[in-house]
Order: sequence, then C-alpha cells, then structure tokens
Amino acid sequence: MNELSATQQQYLLQRRKHKRIVCISRILILLSFLFIWEFSANVGIIDSFIFSSPSKIALCFWSMVLDKTIFLHMGITLYETIVSFLLVIAISILVAVALWFSSKLSEILDPYLVVLNSLPKSALAPLLIVWLGANKLTIIVAGMSVAIFGSILNLYTSFTTVDPGKLKLIYTLRGRRYQALTKVVLPSSVPAIISNMKVNIGLCLVGVIIGEFLAARNGLGYLIIYSSQVFKMDWLLMSICLLCIMATLLYSLINLLEKWCLKRF
Amino acid sequence: MEQVLELKHIHYAYHNLDGETPALTDISFVLNKGEFVAIVGPSGCGKSTLLSLIAGLLVPEKGLIKINGKYLRESTTNVGYMLQHDELFEWRTVYNNVILGLEVQHMLTARTREKAHELLDFYGLRQFEHARPSELSGGMRQRAALIRTLVLDPDLLLLDEPFSALDYQTRLNVGDDIGQIIRKEEKSALLVTHDLSEAISLADRVIVLSGRPAAIRQTIPLIFDLEQDTPLNRRNAPEFKTYFNLIWKELNTDE
Ligand SMILES: Nc1ncnc2c1ncn2[C@@H]1O[C@H](COP(=O)(O)OP(=O)(O)OP(=O)(O)O)[C@@H](O)[C@H]1O
Ligand SMILES: [Mg+2]
Repeated sequence: MNELSATQQQYLLQRRKHKRIVCISRILILLSFLFIWEFSANVGIIDSFIFSSPSKIALCFWSMVLDKTIFLHMGITLYETIVSFLLVIAISILVAVALWFSSKLSEILDPYLVVLNSLPKSALAPLLIVWLGANKLTIIVAGMSVAIFGSILNLYTSFTTVDPGKLKLIYTLRGRRYQALTKVVLPSSVPAIISNMKVNIGLCLVGVIIGEFLAARNGLGYLIIYSSQVFKMDWLLMSICLLCIMATLLYSLINLLEKWCLKRF
Repeated sequence: MEQVLELKHIHYAYHNLDGETPALTDISFVLNKGEFVAIVGPSGCGKSTLLSLIAGLLVPEKGLIKINGKYLRESTTNVGYMLQHDELFEWRTVYNNVILGLEVQHMLTARTREKAHELLDFYGLRQFEHARPSELSGGMRQRAALIRTLVLDPDLLLLDEPFSALDYQTRLNVGDDIGQIIRKEEKSALLVTHDLSEAISLADRVIVLSGRPAAIRQTIPLIFDLEQDTPLNRRNAPEFKTYFNLIWKELNTDE
C-alpha cells in the first residue's frame, strides 16, 4: 500500500470518530433505560409487581436456566420457527416456479392467492387446532400460514420481472424454458429470495407465537400467555426479551447468508 | 453459389387486444455462403422482428424460411444471434458467460472449453476471464458477447445493432474489429443497423426496408475498388459517399 495523503487520513479519522460516537450512544441508551427502570421500580415510582424490573427479570431467567426449563421453551419455539420457515421457503419457491412455468395457472390462481394473502392469518389458528389437534404440527402450520401466501406472491412477481432481454438471450442460444429458469430466473432472483427470507423469518415467528398462545404446553408463546394468566410479570417480560433476542439472532443469520451470497453472485 | 439462408414471401404481424400491428410484408431474399448483408430501415419498421423470425423465436404467419436448404423447423444449423445489448450475466464470470451457450446446448467438453479459452486469448480477454462483466469496458463487453456467439461455431450470424450501445469511437473500432473477425472466420452474416456508414463499411450488400410494415425497397450491392478491402479503407474510398447518398435517398423518399 502507498502512503495515505493527509486529507485521506483525516477523513478516515473522522469516520472512525463518528462510528465510535454512534456505538457508544447506542450502549448508553440501553444502559440508561435499564437503570431508570430498575431505579424507579426500587424507589416505588412504578409498581414492580406490574412492571417488573431488570434485576427481577435476570433473576427469573437465571432460576429457569438452573432448572433448565428455559432451554426447553426456547428450543421448542426456535425449532418450530425454523421448521416452518424452511417449509415456507421451499414450498413458495416450488409454487412460484410452477406459476412461472404456466402463466395460465398463475392467472387462474391469482385471485385466490390475493384473498388468502390479505386474510388475517391469526383467524386461522383456532381452525387449525380443531382440524389438526393441539400439537406441534398445528403450530408449525400456523407459522407457515402467516408467511406462505405473501411469499409466493413476492417470489412470483420477482420471477416475472426478470429482464426480458436476458430471457431472449437464452432462447437465441436455443435454450428451453427450463434453462431460462435455471440460468436466468433463479440466479437473478437470489436477492429477492433473500429479502423474502428476511421478511418470512419474522412472520413465521409471529405465526408460531400465535399458535403457541392457543395450542401449546411449552414454548415462549405458551410462557407468555400462561404468565399473563397467573400474573407473573417477570416471566412475561423475560419471555418478550428472549423473543427479541431470538428474532434478532435469526435475522442476523440471514444477513450472514446474504453476505455470503453477495460474494458468490 | 451455396445459399445459407432463403426467405420467401414472409409476412408477420403482432397481435394484441387493441388490434394487430403488421410488421413485415412479403419479404424475400437470399443470403449466400460467406456473404455479409446489412439491413437498414427506419426505426420501428420491423428489423428486429425479421431477425427473430430467422432465429426461430417467432413463427411467420405466411411464407417460408430455409437455412442451408432445410426448413427452419427441421434445420440443425447453428444460428448465432447477437442482440442489441450484450446481456452478460453479472452473477457469472466473463469465462462462465462465454460458455453459457455451450452449457445451454449441453456441448461443454474439454475441446469446447479449450476453444473458449483460445477465443478469449485471441480477442484479448484472457486476463479478464475471472472478472465480472461490470469490470469490462463497453467494447470488451461486446467482444465477450461476440465470443459467446462464436464459440458455438455458428454458420450464420444475426447481428441486431450490436454496436449501438457503444460510444462513437469505440463503436467504430469494435464494429470494424468484429466485421473483420466475421470475414476472417468466413461466416455468413446479417447485420441490422441504423448507421448507414456502418452498413457501407462492413457489408457486401445492403437491403433497404420501407417503414412499417417493412417491405424490401431495394437491394444495393456494394462494390469497392480497393486493394485491401477493410472497413477503414472503405470509409476513405470515393465510392463510400456515393453509396451513402444513394441509400440515404432511398430511405428518405416517400413512395
Ligand atoms: N411484442 C410486440 N407486440 C406488439 N407489437 C410489437 C411487438 N414487438 C414489436 N412490435 C411492433 O412491431 C414493429 C416492429 O418492431 P421491431 O422491433 O421489429 O422494429 P425495429 O425495426 O427493430 O425497430 P428499432 O429500429 O427501433 O430497433 C414496431 O412498430 C413495434 O411497435
Ligand atoms: Mg430493433
């Protein structure tokens, strides 16, 4: 590397300073929020029975770590979310491909997909319980039901908006429709598939929690609904915090996948 | 002489709900082996449609197309089609773009790979074979697109304004370059262009089309009295201006 000029060095220095300020401010906001919460709960400004407090939440978490129940609840929710997410991705890609192959089919099915997509999916959950029973399958299907129709519509739209010139190229090279799919449509839809994944992982989590509200004996959704019924606010707030962390982790996992894909494509 | 391409009374119209758009009426011509023919015509008259018909992407409503003496449908002749834009895929390296046609036609063998490398070498893209298309200049991209077409070893080349996306200077260079390459490889070629000087400097014959629906107005053979018949020499020859004016007038007179 050659020497950086003075102005470039100054610019880099400024950027670094800016980054540090952003980072420190973020941490400060979190810490002061926790501190004010804890302080006002201890002094009695807020009722710690209703609002709990960070220390109570942490203690509660620790006791559940000790008796290992928290791992069961988190594990179940995570498992159900990931299974329904993977199924949503696989099924929606397959269906979108089928729709892309047959424009007739897609035109026929279009109104049904639109209606199913705009339906509030939580309305389906009670129905699923009656049909499938109060078990894991129901919850996985509930998770899928929230994401799948939107996912199919999104993917199909991105498949059909592929550059027509690139498709024409494949046909001039004497390719068939199958090759147009594998050489053009799928590779050029990779960014769309990934952003679709980002949306879906969150939606699946929503669906799974709804399902657990209604039909589970364990999982974070169950923990939330149970603790609200018996008024254990420590449990409730802890479950919400854990959900936050879980959602963030899942999302950043997909971000990692995206980075990896960007390097390859 | 051997006929590579024969068109007889081709008619074509586009249909949609608002009505039909006739694009071609009664087009007949012949392209001989090794011949380079340019097609000029007003914008939107149906030139691209004509090439799409020959490439088999569209089916004529009336008339017949024969390639190497066989009907288009039964023809096994490789037709190379170079589009207006290079359509290189950004998610593939230059080399993988070049072998796209081989991949699509299931012709990837050690021999064809070798050929792709040779062509890349020959046209100065060897050290860019692992680069992404966005790292190439406009002229290099166009050359990569040409190699993608040539590596399939087509007997007939269809060129649809392949240089129009380039700036003027690159366009002259790449146009002349590619014209030479096609002559050297002894391919038969059909070039669609807006640019009269491009047509005159490259072709053996110019077909002038009328406005939409396109019909053949006139066919003008280009004969240059030159020792070395290169595009550059043609541009400086006295006949160049004569042909230019002739075609210009032909394009701009109303019938
Ligand atoms: N898919 C289509 N549906 C309906 N009309 C079409 C379609 N494609 C082309 N046309 C019409 O057919 C005519 C000929 O189109 P074509 O693309 O062959 O013209 P062109 O001579 O190549 O034009 P340009 O010089 O602009 O490239 C145009 O007027 C266009 O409006
Ligand atoms: Mg055109």
